[in-house]
Amino acid sequence: MKKIIALNVNEIPYELAVEPNRSLADVLRYDLGLTGTKKGCGIGDCGVCTVLMGGKPVFSCLVLAVEAQDHDILTIEGVAKGPELHPIQKAFVEKGAIQCGFCTPGMVLNALALLNKNADPTEHDIRLALSGSLCRCTGYQKIVEAVKTAADMMKRSGIIEEEAE
Amino acid sequence: MKEYKILNTRAPRVDANDKVTGKAKYTDDLAMPGMLYGAILHSPQAHAKIISIDTTAAENLTGVFAVITHKDAHKVSFGVSPARYDEYVLAREKVRYVGDEIAAVAAATPEVARQALDLIQVEFEELDPVFDARQAMAEGAPELHEKYQQNIVQQVHWHFGDVEAVRQKADIIRTDSLTSKMQDAAFMEPQCALANYDDRGYLTMYSSTQAPHYVQRTLAMALRIPLHKVRVVKPAVGGGFGPKASCSSMELITCLLAMKTGKPVKTTFDREQVFLHSRARHQFFHKMTTGVQKDGTLVFLEHECTLDGGAYCSFGIATVYYAGSLLGGPYRLENMKYDGYRVVTNKPACGAQRGHGAVIARALFEVQLDRIAEELNMDPIELRLKNVREAGETTCNELYLSSFGMKEALEAVRDSAAWKQKRKDQPRGKGIGAACGFFVSGAGYPIYNSATYHATVITKLSEVGGGVIVESGAADIGQGSDTMLAMITAEVLGIPLDDVKVISGDSDLAVDLGAYSSRTTLMAGAAAKEAAESVKRQILEVVAAKTGAACDDLDIQDAEIVWSKGDLDIDQIRHDHRLEHRNFSGIPLSGRLTFGEASRMAFLERGSIVGTGKYKPPVLGGSFKGAAVGTSPAFGCSAQVAEVTVDLETGEVTVNKITGAHDCGFAINRTQVEGQMEGSIMMGMGEALMEEIKFDDCGRILNANLAEYKIPTSLDVPPLEAIIIESNEPNGPFGAKEVGEGAIMPTIPAILNAIYDATNVRLDELPATPERIRAALRLKDKGK
Repeated sequence: MKKIIALNVNEIPYELAVEPNRSLADVLRYDLGLTGTKKGCGIGDCGVCTVLMGGKPVFSCLVLAVEAQDHDILTIEGVAKGPELHPIQKAFVEKGAIQCGFCTPGMVLNALALLNKNADPTEHDIRLALSGSLCRCTGYQKIVEAVKTAADMMKRSGIIEEEAE
Repeated sequence: MKEYKILNTRAPRVDANDKVTGKAKYTDDLAMPGMLYGAILHSPQAHAKIISIDTTAAENLTGVFAVITHKDAHKVSFGVSPARYDEYVLAREKVRYVGDEIAAVAAATPEVARQALDLIQVEFEELDPVFDARQAMAEGAPELHEKYQQNIVQQVHWHFGDVEAVRQKADIIRTDSLTSKMQDAAFMEPQCALANYDDRGYLTMYSSTQAPHYVQRTLAMALRIPLHKVRVVKPAVGGGFGPKASCSSMELITCLLAMKTGKPVKTTFDREQVFLHSRARHQFFHKMTTGVQKDGTLVFLEHECTLDGGAYCSFGIATVYYAGSLLGGPYRLENMKYDGYRVVTNKPACGAQRGHGAVIARALFEVQLDRIAEELNMDPIELRLKNVREAGETTCNELYLSSFGMKEALEAVRDSAAWKQKRKDQPRGKGIGAACGFFVSGAGYPIYNSATYHATVITKLSEVGGGVIVESGAADIGQGSDTMLAMITAEVLGIPLDDVKVISGDSDLAVDLGAYSSRTTLMAGAAAKEAAESVKRQILEVVAAKTGAACDDLDIQDAEIVWSKGDLDIDQIRHDHRLEHRNFSGIPLSGRLTFGEASRMAFLERGSIVGTGKYKPPVLGGSFKGAAVGTSPAFGCSAQVAEVTVDLETGEVTVNKITGAHDCGFAINRTQVEGQMEGSIMMGMGEALMEEIKFDDCGRILNANLAEYKIPTSLDVPPLEAIIIESNEPNGPFGAKEVGEGAIMPTIPAILNAIYDATNVRLDELPATPERIRAALRLKDKGK
């Protein structure tokens, strides 16, 4: 029997009826049309379905939609506020961190979760934070560079804000 | 080198913004009104006769719209090479591996489709299976296909030069062997197809394919639809690396379900199905005997290879030829013998994967060169430098190397990795190894016998002026071919990259054989260049006629028409243009005639301005049987140095750094060339150290998932250094040739050679897991 649940995705409230066994990934993709969240394995091995739940990266294929109630969900569609790309996204574009793009949403969200709690990560911190997301195209080299660049960009913009105050 | 505005830069990909915001649409992201969901029943048996299939209960399930078996499909076989078509849309009479497709369902929801599969009853009569390629070739082995005697799909017997005549000239003769394991390409996007069959009999399929052209042909042939009524569209594709380069049963089944039900049908593989369908790297059993002179000169190579290709031929003919032909370089080797056997067994079918056919052969040969260097007391890089070929040479199997920066690449990695010092000074447990390799830059011939163009491009000026639309059949599967097409077009036309829009991967637009054999930049790029040049000529002709300037004195630079004799009189033209575009933005008030104004003027004068481009390689290759495989208008080449640490207790290998240099002729986009190199190195690293499909004794895959089939994570891959070598290929657009596959060739042997340098143990079985290295270390200790 379906359950009525309330979801808060990218700061938009949704109310929908879901089967208790329906995954968050399926609800995001097939019920809400947020297809930026990808599905690569359905069993938590590949990380392309990564979204942030309460600011923490989760494999949305392993989270039941009913579990996601009362948490803020952030998907790739909610990362850029307005028409400007988020610095992480900008860095991915500029550094060539994207090839097929299938892992990109999950990578960006992992990077965002990392940089939100650690503004100055080491290369190992970055590699560790991304290690739940597989990429078969890039060799990770340019993804790691992009996250470093994004950290610098975010730090710089932080400094500018401080000076303005 | 000529100065370019757009080419050779690090321009971001044209699809980067869409991909980084989640807007890019992959096939499973698409939906159509009234769409049904397809699901496939796979064989649980490795080898069995199908006695009966009962679909009654499945058909009666509410929400099921169609259940199909072989009875619903035409009895038309398909595959990759027309001479070896050996597959049917759905299994007839028997199944040949655990995973063979038996029946399929279209239902209102994926859940109902899966339930229906459970209700299909299949009765089998089990047959003896055979899982080992060498056993499959033996007398009395179970036969998989009537037409393959001793289960051999293709054998190759080549002899170039005269090995017997020169054998005496060799001072050292070594024989070594290497066995690899079946692998999975492990692209991130599982295959998906969405098909719609309309009331006029037109079939459209959106699919995660690398080769819309071949898929279009296979659909038309197997489903008995006129070729022109089949359209295959490739949305964004999440990686392919080879296995998506041929038409799959899943694609055919999805179309058949759409035709049966009259509704759109979408089928998406789960990850286990990706492994079952496979079509990835074969298992190779290589044995090589190489003779060299004391000074390091290569004298001969005798090479035997058996390929375990699983249940069907797929790309197997090409694979077994490539496994031999691509040892013809990059070294001077005038005497080469090759005996290759491509065999079927009751396992998932193997096909093409990055570095098609040649990767494991390359690995063994490069490892053997290191052993020879050791016997000769020579530096392994010096041994290679002594033998590398240069541009203008032809290999013993008649591959002409029109450009070839092999020496430059090898010297670059040697110097950048501080080879000489590290080779000398490192303690046991730390090692450094080098290797080379080369690869085709586009197969010289299509898969089916045809005089077809390999790529065509149609480039159109937007009639309103200012934009350019490039229509191509080329398949961007993540390697960046759309960006390549846009960059070439923008460069030729002298306009910003943002003003070029690429529409590609659609069989209705133009012909392109697909993203395989590292062909797209050279072939589709050449066609795009020609199409853009045609458009440019047309626009300048109109400007010349209107202004009285000579066409040859006109050019387009920075989106403006430039006249080498001074300033053109454009007052009237501009006046008319401004009248026409009152209140529009971007209408120039002063300065030179813009590209947009000139485009509009050309349209008003001549109607739509369209340029076409085409590419077909010249006739290539020798006259011997199988000479076509390995031919290419150009060859990319690559050298790498790997640095490793081996834990002498556990056998665990840590790769500390890999330095690669690749000759891509000319880098259309420097960032993307590096990206191909880095991705190749990572895939090679996985194959060297961890990737291995494991089977139980019933032929079932034990690790059909991305947790137990291990591919490198961000923590496994070390910093990678990518050095671009540019040798200016005469047959490529702007001097460009391949990078996508040549760059994987040296990785496995460079790592194996580094492991030897660290441990003094050699492995004759891949991957080099801790277990295998530890066993080899123990064996060595006992030997002492």
